[in-house]
Amino acid sequence: MSRTDAIDLAYLVTIVTFILALRFLSSPAHARLGNWLGAIGMTIAVAATFARPGLHNYVSIVIVMAAFAPVGAYAARAVKMTAMPQMVALFNGVGGGAAALIALAEFHSHVGAPGRISVESSVSIVLSALIGSISFAGSMIAFGKLQDLISGRPIVYPGQQVGNIGLLVVLIALGITLVAGPQDLSILIGLICGAALFGVLFVLPIGGADMPVVIALLNAFTGLAVSAGGFVLHENLLIVSGMLVGASGTFLTMMMARAMGRSITNVLFGAFGQLQVAEGGLAVAEGDGAVRSATAEDVAVMLAYAQRVIIVPGYGLAVAQAQHDVRKLADELERRGVDVRYAIHPVAGRMPGHMNVLLAEANVPYDQLFEMEQINPDFADTDVALVIGANDVTNPAARNQPGSPIYGMPILDVDHAKNVVVVKRSMNPGFAGIDNPLYRDPKTVMLFADAKDAVSKLVEDVKGL
Amino acid sequence: MLAIFLGFEVISKVPTLLHTPLMSGTNAIHGIVLVGAIIVAGIPGQPTWVRVVSLAAVALGTMNVVGGFVVTDRMLEMFKRRPGEGREPDRRD
Repeated sequence: MSRTDAIDLAYLVTIVTFILALRFLSSPAHARLGNWLGAIGMTIAVAATFARPGLHNYVSIVIVMAAFAPVGAYAARAVKMTAMPQMVALFNGVGGGAAALIALAEFHSHVGAPGRISVESSVSIVLSALIGSISFAGSMIAFGKLQDLISGRPIVYPGQQVGNIGLLVVLIALGITLVAGPQDLSILIGLICGAALFGVLFVLPIGGADMPVVIALLNAFTGLAVSAGGFVLHENLLIVSGMLVGASGTFLTMMMARAMGRSITNVLFGAFGQLQVAEGGLAVAEGDGAVRSATAEDVAVMLAYAQRVIIVPGYGLAVAQAQHDVRKLADELERRGVDVRYAIHPVAGRMPGHMNVLLAEANVPYDQLFEMEQINPDFADTDVALVIGANDVTNPAARNQPGSPIYGMPILDVDHAKNVVVVKRSMNPGFAGIDNPLYRDPKTVMLFADAKDAVSKLVEDVKGL
Repeated sequence: MLAIFLGFEVISKVPTLLHTPLMSGTNAIHGIVLVGAIIVAGIPGQPTWVRVVSLAAVALGTMNVVGGFVVTDRMLEMFKRRPGEGREPDRRD
């Protein structure tokens, strides 16, 4: 077996480990093993790459890798679980950026050679540069928004849509020029800069509540950019791995959009952002039905003497860092023989599946966490639904008010429970700025407090009973 | 094409419970771009700016790979069943 055959074989092994890694993620019991397999596969691929004939500059490559590996590891160790979406956005951007840089370097080495670059190569160079660059810049903006460096509110200005479409047309024209016209480095650099600008402009108008969709989409973009980079270098390993990521990102994007009851185009280009602001003004002024508020003691009694309780956590719970107190409350209730479960809406948190991670961090066993479809039928024979820091995902208007901006969004059927307790700071509307009729339902009592204070008070009171 | 099909096939089996680790896991996988970056950085006789650009790609790719796998592992480690029902080994850190 020649050296190149051995390298090809190693790359094949890597692809298999990646597929197994994803396969093992289907159950939490062996997901971790899968991740390790993936890491081993990656190590094999990198080692095999170093064995390639004709590879030079080992020293500088190894130095750079040795210098930056600890940076990645440190960031991954230090990051808080609430900051997970930012972290993922950052790594997306980094991967996309690398793909764009590869296209740039590879283009240069082709330009030096005599003759034109083949159509196949130039198309993949253009795609890798374009998508990678959009993904890099878009992810940086998403990171900024999630990290509160940039306003999470949608940033809109007149002519935005037209401007973005115009820019995209220019980018496509530049791409076609590179394939069919003069193959000049400055055009590619222009394309990369323009694509970065597009990435910025494209994510800026998207509101904070839509971030789960954007992150999933940027994930898909990065996958595609890596895949295009694979075509540039004629490496199946990159093509296949990139496609796996692209498929996963696309799948998650569609799932998230469906969980919000909106189409992907609506999230990306829709005027939902503007609508939110307008509706928000009205919502607070309304409030025709009486809102009942309760003290922590009342709620503690309700919970302690219930048989079945479902906790509905929202991002507000994570912001208040109340996950650990919620688990203590659940422990206390279970000690009294109450059946406690958690209902997790697909868009709870700021990226797909975020809330599950936050609760897992607080040592909530994952067999108590239920998906929306699984648990919705059970609300009817639940004594108390405890809603903490969640709003829009419990809003019955999504089911029965065709005029509502969130109409059609699948929700947790909290209002079917015998009693509903909503822990909320004030009557201010949530992210989407929409009035929630649940709060005026006669079965609902409001506990106005910070999530963390309220829940730790509840723990005390339940203990004291 | 096969990869796309396979991707959808495998991923549709992942429960929503694990969607965040799925994202960070696929994040680590697209760190495979590092291999491409190494190949490009290993081409001899390039002008300095190309060396710098390709080494920058190596740096980004390295952070992507290492960070992606470490953070996914950290996350997956937290998913546990109820105590007593086949508890995972002790935490490492």
